[in-house]
This record gives sequence, structure tokens and C-alpha cells, in this order.
Amino acid sequence: MVDIAIVDYGMGNLRSVYQAVRKVAPAASVQVTDDASVIAAAGRVVFPGQGAMPDCMRELDGRGLRQVVLDAARNKPFLGICIGLQMLFEHSAEGDIPGLGVLQGEVVRFAHELKDAQDNKLKVPHMGWNGVHHAAHPLWAGIAQDARFYYVHSYYVQPRDKDIVQGTSDYPQPFVCAVSRGNLFAVQFHPEKSAAAGLKLLENFVNWNPV
Amino acid sequence: MLAKRIIPCMDVTAGRVVKGVSFVELRDAGDPVEIARRYDEQGADELTFLDITASSDDRSIIFHIIEKVAEQVFIPLTVGGGVREVQDVRNLLNAGADKVSINTSAVVNPQLVADAAGRYGSQCIVVAIDAKQVAPGKWEVFTHGGRKATGLDAVEWAKKMQTLGAGEILLTSMDQDGQKKGFDLALTRAVTDALEIPVIASGGVGNLQHLADGVTKGGADAVLAASIFHFGEYTVQQAKQYMAQQGIEVRL
Repeated sequence: MVDIAIVDYGMGNLRSVYQAVRKVAPAASVQVTDDASVIAAAGRVVFPGQGAMPDCMRELDGRGLRQVVLDAARNKPFLGICIGLQMLFEHSAEGDIPGLGVLQGEVVRFAHELKDAQDNKLKVPHMGWNGVHHAAHPLWAGIAQDARFYYVHSYYVQPRDKDIVQGTSDYPQPFVCAVSRGNLFAVQFHPEKSAAAGLKLLENFVNWNPV
Repeated sequence: MLAKRIIPCMDVTAGRVVKGVSFVELRDAGDPVEIARRYDEQGADELTFLDITASSDDRSIIFHIIEKVAEQVFIPLTVGGGVREVQDVRNLLNAGADKVSINTSAVVNPQLVADAAGRYGSQCIVVAIDAKQVAPGKWEVFTHGGRKATGLDAVEWAKKMQTLGAGEILLTSMDQDGQKKGFDLALTRAVTDALEIPVIASGGVGNLQHLADGVTKGGADAVLAASIFHFGEYTVQQAKQYMAQQGIEVRL
């Protein structure tokens, strides 16, 4: 049995996630895996994702991992990252497809022709370091209010239940970048690429014991 | 709000970081892994490695370097140079790159950009454009390290790359590169105004005001520089503080 399973469904660069988790949990056994039995037996699960959501959903199902991810999201410390956050919701505008439906709400695209308050054009994808206004949650322990995390995405989540929101960023309007429910926490940014703040969040996750 | 990024760039050949002037006259700047670690400590927002090795024999060196850096540095890493097929993208991502930069091969085979973005996502595909002014307000794309004219208009080419799935454009002015006189701001502005995806300005930074100008006058989303950081003239942190004083949003 591994302590931390990183779900591999063939999308994106999982090596970064692996390296960062190893860095904050040097004593833990960490495995990047597409084996449902390994994920089912793992103590905690990291669910990353990169690329387009339709491809991610197709690859997840193609590897027969939907059920084990659903179970993990409901039963053990679970961290969704980027598309791994978006896939938890009911529906995405990217490809107009259903998600896993663990959380209620939609995934929508940033508007075209976005402008900031000084009328400068804002690019999409939203790429780079943005400040996070966070709520009180054990995963934010030791992380300064408005600390910057690294993002790269064109879509963001709109949860129906506002009580699950654990963080927002501005582009230029506030958008939800972190949610939690029970044993589950998920973020839009890439903690594995967010230097000290990101490593701290991952460290908090590997030490997190949700009730 | 989103910060403007400062990206130190390392040209790597034979396992060393080097820096040239207008793409020639190489000067040794040190060990890439050590330099990467130093820039990370200084608060660099990303790191870019360009493998300028001509011979494919030495190709494995860059993989080893990226692996070593990725173990120690937890910010985005972009790697370019010699990317010819989708498998090259895969190999660099496997080694620990977060983004792969495609330059000459995008011109030779534009479908490569579409295929790579389709397979691995636009977020990891950077198209690098080396451009040279050919008339007032007109720039031409050059390939093969700036040696070969293509007849392509830089602004139109950038738009085409965006359409094919590039997630970002790394725009280098060949006229300014290594001259330390600042970015080609008109080129930067022309490309960034034409695109919806982020643009990294590159080529010509000699002081901190040049970096600030790239953002405020050129409209760049990120600024890339090499020699001002390699040879200890400025730290990344100094650059960020300077930009912050001018009201530019940066990650301090």
C-alpha cells in the first residue's frame, strides 16, 4: 500500500507533482499510478490534470479509473489540481461535457476581450502568478493572505454551493480557485510549480487528517 | 491581480550556460543547475532553457540538466531548441519541463504545433519567434538560429500560431538581441496587441528600465533576459523591486 497515490490517466506532466510531493513528504511512499487497486488502497490521493477537459475525461474513463477516483474523492484525503479541480464539477463549457459531478456547479471560460481597470488587455490563458485570498482551512496554514500561486488555465469553476469556496483570485473579477468539502480539497493553480507557497500547501495536504 | 513575469533565460551548449551577441560570439556563464537554483532563490517566476547545441549527439545533456533542475526548483521550466516532432515534446516533458518551446520546426511543419498542443495541451506549447525589422512597422520571421529568412510576417505568423494552439509566444528581436539597448518595443506592442495569448518579450535587455518598458510600453505579459542576470549586474529580486516601484504588478 502506498501513502500517496498520484492518479495517472495519461494527461500532463506528473513528474512535477511527484517531485514536489516527494520534497514535502520524504518519508512517505509516493507513486504515480494508473492502477485502480493502488489508488483504492492508498492513504491519500492527488488528482492532477492538464490539457483539455474532454481529453482528460475520456482518458480517465479509458483507463477505468472513474469509480476509484469517485470513491477516493468521498472517502480519503484528496487533492485535485487544475483540471483535477474542474473534473469534480457537474459540467464544463470546454467541449460542453459532463464532469464527475462530485461537486455541484459549472466550469466556464474567461470572457474574450478581458480588460483590467486601466483598460489594458488581459490575456487568456490566465498564465502566471496571481494572489489568492483564502479562507480559514488547515491547508492554508502558514500561507500568507494574498500569497501568489502559479496558474495556467482558460476555464474556471463556478460552484453552486458558496460554502465550499476556500479561495479566490482576481482576473479582473474574483474567480474561485480553491474549494473543499470534508476530505476533499481542490485548487485551480499548480502548487507543485508555486515555489515556497505551493510546497507549503502540499505539505499541509500530506499532513492533513480531515474528520 | 496577475503579476508580470520575469524569466531568466539560459542558452545551454555542451552542458554549460553561454551567452552570445546577436546570436554569435558565445561567452561562458556557468553551470546550468547552479544558475537555475540561484535564480529560483532570487524569486524568478519561470526559467527558460534553450538548447543551442547544433549536433544531436549532445542532445542527452539537456535532458540530464532538466532532470537535475526539476528535482530542486519548483517553478515552471520551459525548454526549447531542437524540437522537431511530437516525441521530442514528450521526452522533454518527461524529463521535467513544464513547457516546450518550438521555433524552426513550427515554420518547417506548422502541424507540429497543432499536434503537440492537441496531445499535451496549449499550456505547455510555447512558439518562439525570432524577428527582424525589414521596414517601418514590418518584421520578418527568421529560423535556424536567425540564419534563415522565411518571408513570413512576424505579426501574422504569431496569429497563426495562436490559432494552431500555441499557449504563449516567446518573441525575440534579432536586431536588439545582445545589444543591451532594450527590447524592440514596437515589435512587442504589435504582436501583443494582435494576440489573445500571453507574449514574452526577449532580446536586448541591458538595464532594469528596459524590463519595465517591455511591460509598460511593449505590453508584454512577461519579460525575458539573460546576460544582465548571468554576469551579476542585477539580481531578479532587484529587477522586481525596480518594476514594482513603477507600479508594475510583480511577485515579490
